[in-house]
Amino acid sequence: MNRKTLAAAFPHTVPVLMGYLSIGVVFGWMLSAVGFAPTWAAIMSVTIYAGSGQYLGVDLLANASPLGDAAFLTLIINFRHLVYGLSMLEKFRGMGWRKLYMIFSLTDETYALLAGVQAPEGVNEKSFYFTIALLDHLYWIAGSIIGAVAGALITINTEGIDFAMTALFLVIAVEQWQSNTRHAPVFLGAAGTLACLLIFGPDNGRFLIPALAILVAGLLLMRPQLEGGNKS
Amino acid sequence: MTTIQIAALVAVMAAVTFLTRALPFLLFGRGGEPPKVVLYLGRFLPPAVIAMLIIYCYRNTSFGAADGWAPGLIAGLAVVGLHIWKKNNMLSIVGGTILYMVLVQIVF
Repeated sequence: MNRKTLAAAFPHTVPVLMGYLSIGVVFGWMLSAVGFAPTWAAIMSVTIYAGSGQYLGVDLLANASPLGDAAFLTLIINFRHLVYGLSMLEKFRGMGWRKLYMIFSLTDETYALLAGVQAPEGVNEKSFYFTIALLDHLYWIAGSIIGAVAGALITINTEGIDFAMTALFLVIAVEQWQSNTRHAPVFLGAAGTLACLLIFGPDNGRFLIPALAILVAGLLLMRPQLEGGNKS
Repeated sequence: MTTIQIAALVAVMAAVTFLTRALPFLLFGRGGEPPKVVLYLGRFLPPAVIAMLIIYCYRNTSFGAADGWAPGLIAGLAVVGLHIWKKNNMLSIVGGTILYMVLVQIVF
């Protein structure tokens, strides 16, 4: 990575800088609020590096969840990453050792940037992609540490700060709603999950296991309708 | 929790997260089209899963006294309204969370 690549990549990442600093600060603060040292916020942001996944992680750590539950919930929450990978197969080809980092760091925001940018004339495109991914990761780490340290130092009543996770999902839902023309999967997801919650109860979020099975089965049944016309 | 237990939980989350990102490359990285059904689920499952996760977040709502459901409902509507109006992630998330904190700490 050289100055020229950095100068070309940085402006593209400014929106992510703003977003990651703020969402990262909230993550760090939430983690401090449930009693974990700022070091853990840093370790999580370096090694996990997933916005909604780490918000969920706060919940899992606060409840000392069993490892199996943690693995399952992390899997569901990050399932959408499968789609991102599919559309980056070509872009990451031939990146050598950096490809591993590109795959690791493929968050929603980095995906959105990489899907839309082009390296300017005279800048190596692979270095350009790598720089964008690395900058985004650094913003996320910085935000988490700032939030965690602030949360440890400033003692205000943080009851209710965990609502940030709900707010994050609501925001994602609004954006998905606006970019899709077919909303049947949303209703299926809500109805299927609600039914499982009523039957199995809320403990440990285990009702999500049958709920996920219902969603996949339901979507497979709805495939002829959803794919017909092919609009969204 | 002991340090080992925390580390184990973080390691599991890191490993599973990486796995979800690496899987497409492991399965389809050597060329070859992904099966149509995978592409189909990849397109329509995420909105269904987000709806599922929102219900997960609201799983402990109780419908007795107002403090069991009103703060979550009001703050949730505020987040959706703010986001439709301003389309600013930071504003919607931080604004909604502060509103929720005020509601649970002071109002209800």
